[in-house]
Amino acid sequence: MIKILKIIFLIVLFSTNKAYSMIEIDITRGNLDPLPIAVSPLFQDDKSKKNSINEIKTENVGSEISLVVENNLKTSGLFNPLSKEAFLQKPDIAHLKPRFEDWALIKAQALITGKVTIEDKKLKVEFRLWDILAGREMMALAFTTVPSNWRRVGHIISDKVYERLTGEKGYFDTRIIYVSEEGPKTARVKKLAIMDQDGFNTKYLTLGNELVLTPRFNPTSQMVTYLSYFKNLPRVYLLDIETGTQEVVGDFPGMTFAPRFSPDGKKIIMSFAKDGNSDIYTMDLENRIVERITNHPSIDTSPSYSPDNRFITFNSDRSGFQQIYVMKSDGSNVKRISFGKGLYGTPVWSPRGDLIAFTKLHKGKFYIGVMRTDGSGERLLTENYYQEAPSWSPNGRVLIFYRETKSNDKGEGFSAKLWSIDLTGYNERQVQTETDASDPSWSSLLSN
Amino acid sequence: MNFSKSFRNTFLVILLSLIVSACATKKTTTTVEGQMQGDVYTGTDTVKYLADGVPDRVFFATNESILTTKSRDTLRKQANWLRENSSINVVVEGHADERGTREYNLALGERRANAAKDYLITYGISADRISVISYGKERPVDSGSNPLSWSKNRRSVTVKAN
Repeated sequence: MIKILKIIFLIVLFSTNKAYSMIEIDITRGNLDPLPIAVSPLFQDDKSKKNSINEIKTENVGSEISLVVENNLKTSGLFNPLSKEAFLQKPDIAHLKPRFEDWALIKAQALITGKVTIEDKKLKVEFRLWDILAGREMMALAFTTVPSNWRRVGHIISDKVYERLTGEKGYFDTRIIYVSEEGPKTARVKKLAIMDQDGFNTKYLTLGNELVLTPRFNPTSQMVTYLSYFKNLPRVYLLDIETGTQEVVGDFPGMTFAPRFSPDGKKIIMSFAKDGNSDIYTMDLENRIVERITNHPSIDTSPSYSPDNRFITFNSDRSGFQQIYVMKSDGSNVKRISFGKGLYGTPVWSPRGDLIAFTKLHKGKFYIGVMRTDGSGERLLTENYYQEAPSWSPNGRVLIFYRETKSNDKGEGFSAKLWSIDLTGYNERQVQTETDASDPSWSSLLSN
Repeated sequence: MNFSKSFRNTFLVILLSLIVSACATKKTTTTVEGQMQGDVYTGTDTVKYLADGVPDRVFFATNESILTTKSRDTLRKQANWLRENSSINVVVEGHADERGTREYNLALGERRANAAKDYLITYGISADRISVISYGKERPVDSGSNPLSWSKNRRSVTVKAN
């Protein structure tokens, strides 16, 4: 359905300087002092501007790309992009050799410069990252792609800069799959939707004829698993977002729900409900072999694998109320890990392996929090009237979730929106979507 | 003088709003008392009838799937009706309120629908005449965000399938 533009990046390192640099960002703490960075518009000559209009209806794609980068860096909360009005040096000259004194004068500590050309239906981009205080180049990269991919170029530059300055992989060249919601609460129309991480390029993957819930990305491919009420039979489905092919997963005599991929992408783990009891099952996508993982008269749901495939965290009410458990991936050694006050749900293992994010309900409030995988070190990141279902950014530094507002007796005032928050508990912000939205799932990095 | 006038006006507004809110509180309390027992809905607002005197739904306490005395009474009426109309099959829909995580609520709705189904079976209705479906919190009947609305939404509804 969605055609993913396959792109080949010819990454040419033309003068990477790995020498000691003074700039460094610590992302393990709430960053109250974001790094001042100047993102110069990428230079584009007049001939290229003409081609740019023909190809992608945008005259100054160099400037547009720099805005993508600037917006990404700003929303990360780690950077403070400076106003372009204060820039003294022209983009083409800055890209060749910045006058560091000029950039230091406006308090920039880092500078991004670049150059784009569009020729023969190819978009060529080169960019450089400069350390202003040390007065040297930190990184230089160039790549070539199709012109319509220009936003992705911005995301890739953002990832490279983030990685160079924080020492960790970025999360900008990623997408979010979610459920788009419209209409009154009693007859909500829900569609699968996908967008770039920054809210652009929204596409709807289903028409809204049947209820769809809880889409999740395969961490290794362009596959999605979700729950669909097609023909009023709630079942777990697989969707290839490149080809649009859909198929029901497994022929279970009852509802299958709460699907998620294993980290290697080879299995789907999900709940199967029959005769009032929900247990956890896996299905191998290659040979379609189904394995029962839990066998307990309580509700067992919301399973999530550890990144090494060795453990599973899940939600169960076997103690009488919803709590979080961890077991070996064969179902043995079940241990309860949540012991705080309140109810716990939607555990999801961090891609770094060290933490489990969850939803907590206590005294009528909902919290998104994290705890270590043995249940210690519980930390609540955000409190609200209603919010749930965190999903990790691929680098394990940010959580995206959805939040609902209270409605009055007539159902007015209700909304469902996506929000994100850093693992530090700082930098909480709404993620823009075209419609109301819920059940977000963050993809892996599209390029590495 | 201006000051004292505006002060007086403000005072009036505060006083008025206190009276209004006092009325509102009183009103809600009585409504809730009349229509809920514990937090189980006992009213008839949303109830439809499969036949004369045969209510289509039963209500549950928060996080519960236990049938109350009243629910069992309703389900016995449904069982009688099903016995008299042996050609009719039904779907029992299980629902939850909006104050829980989506996935757990799907499981809870399924548990509630099966509690109703099992009771119908106990009263002699063949299991193959009854299918179940859980909608979790996806299909509330009342869109309010208050305890009374939630109590109406924690339900299982028996619907004719043919």
